[in-house]
Amino acid sequence: MKAASIRRFSLGMYVAAILAALAYACAPSGKSNSSGGLLAGDAATRTYVPPGSYDEYYAFLSGGFSGQVTVYGLPSGRLFKQIPVFSQFPQTGYGYDEDSKAMLNTTFGFVPWDDSHHTEMSLTNGVPDGRWLFINGNNTPRIARIDLKKFETEEILQIPNAAGGHASPFATPDTKYVVSATRFSVPIPQNDVPIDSYKQNFKGTITFVTADKPGKMDVAFQIMMPGYDYDLGHAGKGPSDGWFFFTTYNSEEANTKLEVNASQADKDYIAAINYKRAEQCIAQGKGKKFGGSYVHNYVDPATRIATSETKTGVTMLYPADCDGLVYYLPTPKSPHGVDIDPTGEYIVAGGKLATVIPVHSYTRMVKAIADKQFEKTIDGIPVLRYDAVVAGEVKNPGLGPLHTEFDGKGNAYTSMFISSEVVKWKLGTWQVLDRIPVYYSVGHIMIPGGDSKQPWGKYLVALDKITKDRYLPTGPEGSRSAQLIDISGDKMKMLLDFPTMGEPHYAQAVPASLLQPGSVKFEKLTDNKNPNVTTSEATGGITRKGKRVDVKMIAIRSHFAPDNLEGIELGDTVYFHVTNIEQDWNIAHGFAVFGANTSGVTLPPGETRTVRWVPQATGIYPFYCTDFCSALHQEMQGYVRVSAPGLHVPLSANVSKIAQTQKGTLPSSSGERK
Amino acid sequence: MMETQAGTSYFEARSAPVAVGSTIPALARGDRRMPRIARVLTALASLTLLGLFVVPLWRVQLVAPQYPEGLGMRIGISDVRGVTVNDLNNINGLNHYIGMKRITPSAIPELRYMPWIVGGLVLLGLGVAVLARRGLLIAWVTTFLAAGIAGLLDFWRWEYNYGHDIDFAHAIIKIPGMNYEPPLIGVKQLLNFTAVSWPDIGAWLALAAFGLGALALVVTVRANGTRPSASRAA
Repeated sequence: MKAASIRRFSLGMYVAAILAALAYACAPSGKSNSSGGLLAGDAATRTYVPPGSYDEYYAFLSGGFSGQVTVYGLPSGRLFKQIPVFSQFPQTGYGYDEDSKAMLNTTFGFVPWDDSHHTEMSLTNGVPDGRWLFINGNNTPRIARIDLKKFETEEILQIPNAAGGHASPFATPDTKYVVSATRFSVPIPQNDVPIDSYKQNFKGTITFVTADKPGKMDVAFQIMMPGYDYDLGHAGKGPSDGWFFFTTYNSEEANTKLEVNASQADKDYIAAINYKRAEQCIAQGKGKKFGGSYVHNYVDPATRIATSETKTGVTMLYPADCDGLVYYLPTPKSPHGVDIDPTGEYIVAGGKLATVIPVHSYTRMVKAIADKQFEKTIDGIPVLRYDAVVAGEVKNPGLGPLHTEFDGKGNAYTSMFISSEVVKWKLGTWQVLDRIPVYYSVGHIMIPGGDSKQPWGKYLVALDKITKDRYLPTGPEGSRSAQLIDISGDKMKMLLDFPTMGEPHYAQAVPASLLQPGSVKFEKLTDNKNPNVTTSEATGGITRKGKRVDVKMIAIRSHFAPDNLEGIELGDTVYFHVTNIEQDWNIAHGFAVFGANTSGVTLPPGETRTVRWVPQATGIYPFYCTDFCSALHQEMQGYVRVSAPGLHVPLSANVSKIAQTQKGTLPSSSGERK
Repeated sequence: MMETQAGTSYFEARSAPVAVGSTIPALARGDRRMPRIARVLTALASLTLLGLFVVPLWRVQLVAPQYPEGLGMRIGISDVRGVTVNDLNNINGLNHYIGMKRITPSAIPELRYMPWIVGGLVLLGLGVAVLARRGLLIAWVTTFLAAGIAGLLDFWRWEYNYGHDIDFAHAIIKIPGMNYEPPLIGVKQLLNFTAVSWPDIGAWLALAAFGLGALALVVTVRANGTRPSASRAA
């Protein structure tokens, strides 16, 4: 090789080496880039809510077997709050303190847990209005109402003559009623019978509960139904307003190994109930007086103390006595969800074992009823012909369709439990438009307002039953999961995963603007009508009535007053009535006493909580603030002296220096020292 | 007595051939008259002061990391109020940590007699507009100025006392050499709080009223000053 050509060759090699190096530097390197870095980056910006900024939506997720409700922000997936509903909650003292424990009373006594299932926002004209959130307890059938100004449970109504309140607490478009239907049929009234006498003795009930008057929830009427399992429900809207639709399974009426025995029939039913007709029949005296006790618990808005009342007797309607009340729509195959599209025309069933998604037409149903297109009659309930009511079927949607939500743009989205995906399809043409895998085994899905007349069709949340490898492992039991999916375009896009508390059954979400302005910052002390309130340092104190000792105390940064208590004797029961007299947003205190057989309490500003304590031995017992309230929080403590009864230590509560200055200037409250 | 005088002078003023910038013949007593425009301005100034019975004079806002929404006081002629209903209580609650006295409106005597001073200024101003005498106008504007300066000094004195009269013996948080006097106008850091003190609507109204009064005086002096003989007669 000549010198010149060697130089050219060397130069060529040099250039090639540089090009190769550049090419290497620009090539995708590693997993994160190769798995669609651009898309991931887009998802990150779509869900990123900068520190100090607010989310677009409030989302309320059912807590499943935790018995509670969780509040998340969307699109960030940040957890804001866990609202205690059906389970004791030591974090705040809910269900432990004297004020709230009546909320968990039932005819079975104190039931401190339930399996919460479906969240349902109150509606006005079929649109979520942000007044209340309802949620059902499935195990010991109950419906709770949560106030959305304070995000607190204010009312719980037990459902009588029922077992397993699953198809609940779905609301009518005006929230006149919320409903509950028996998941497990049982003898009604309850009776000791052989289990295999199911077909003769077991019945289901569907309950309509008046829901639009706070503190006054009550059973309006019940309908005695054949002994199937009633699974889910939704109210009609628009043209179908006045109707309620419930899915049933186990129309085989099996009482053992239901997974096989209740999966035999080709079709089960959707029960279509004309509740306006029910009102007419009751007005005509066609309802029967029926037994059944149930407990109603509610928080008095002035005292913030929960009380329980036991009620007996309901009005029972039998379909045979009230023609036109109930019709059965044959629906394949052990249907789970029943979802009504925003126009109120289409009734979508999630036949969990079906190979299609059947969609019934309200218009066709009404015509079939007028034309008496009946297959047969069961216990006075006409069964309409499937061909006469069905509007169409979505073919090959996937496996295990469960629930359907709507985006308000003519599209429906159905969760597929077995094939673990969400499928988007078109109402009317029944064509599948898109599908997206979810991780894993999705149950409910939720679009904000997606079951109402006006969905906010931007996001969809998939509520998954299993997470497996989605997060760092935490032993055999991992969390359940929610996944945020962008549905604003033609193609669904996965944006975010976030773990959930308990098992998220259904969820509801509304724009933040609906709730944010009305959110209460603190209870006004002047509105606190708790009989044991202490409104100033000067009015706290200690009193005895036999073996009962009542301590009235204030909490303010950074002390309790009084904070030295003597004269309590072994054998006494002590009630600490502690009022947080702060009038400032988010300035909470806590209260706990050494050795108490109950939880501590959180004291929101302006509110009173009562802790019951039975001292077990003589000595000195500290109590303290459990919520880091201020710079001197660690100093916020006091002592109780417990003496032997024979010692006759005089009852005393020290008075603070501030209290002495207040005595002359403040109006005396009900908490005057004696 | 006032009524008769007022009636007479009003009538005379109306019957006199006046125009903007013209002068009014001196009365027999030799005092100089205010031109009509000056009288209108003085009346307006007095009426503007009535606003002080409705809106606050000063605003002190306190912002801290824990109080992003701020705590605030609005100081009026007859009360000290929180910007929101509980702010004053919450400020007092916080002040107990550093040993400051409670701010108790009923213990501030100025809040009892300030309405009388302002009310007096309003009535006197209206009286001046009616009587239309230059000397009275000078006296009124001077009194107004003096009252304003005295009010500011008094406010500053209260701030100084609150800020310095610290119960160090019992204060929870003691910082040697620290005082908690908020600024009269402007911004100052007081521990974790940024205190911002600024005139509220009332102060701007008072300033506007004083401006109107001063303008009336300028107009009057200029009107009288165009006639040296009248000037000498005084």
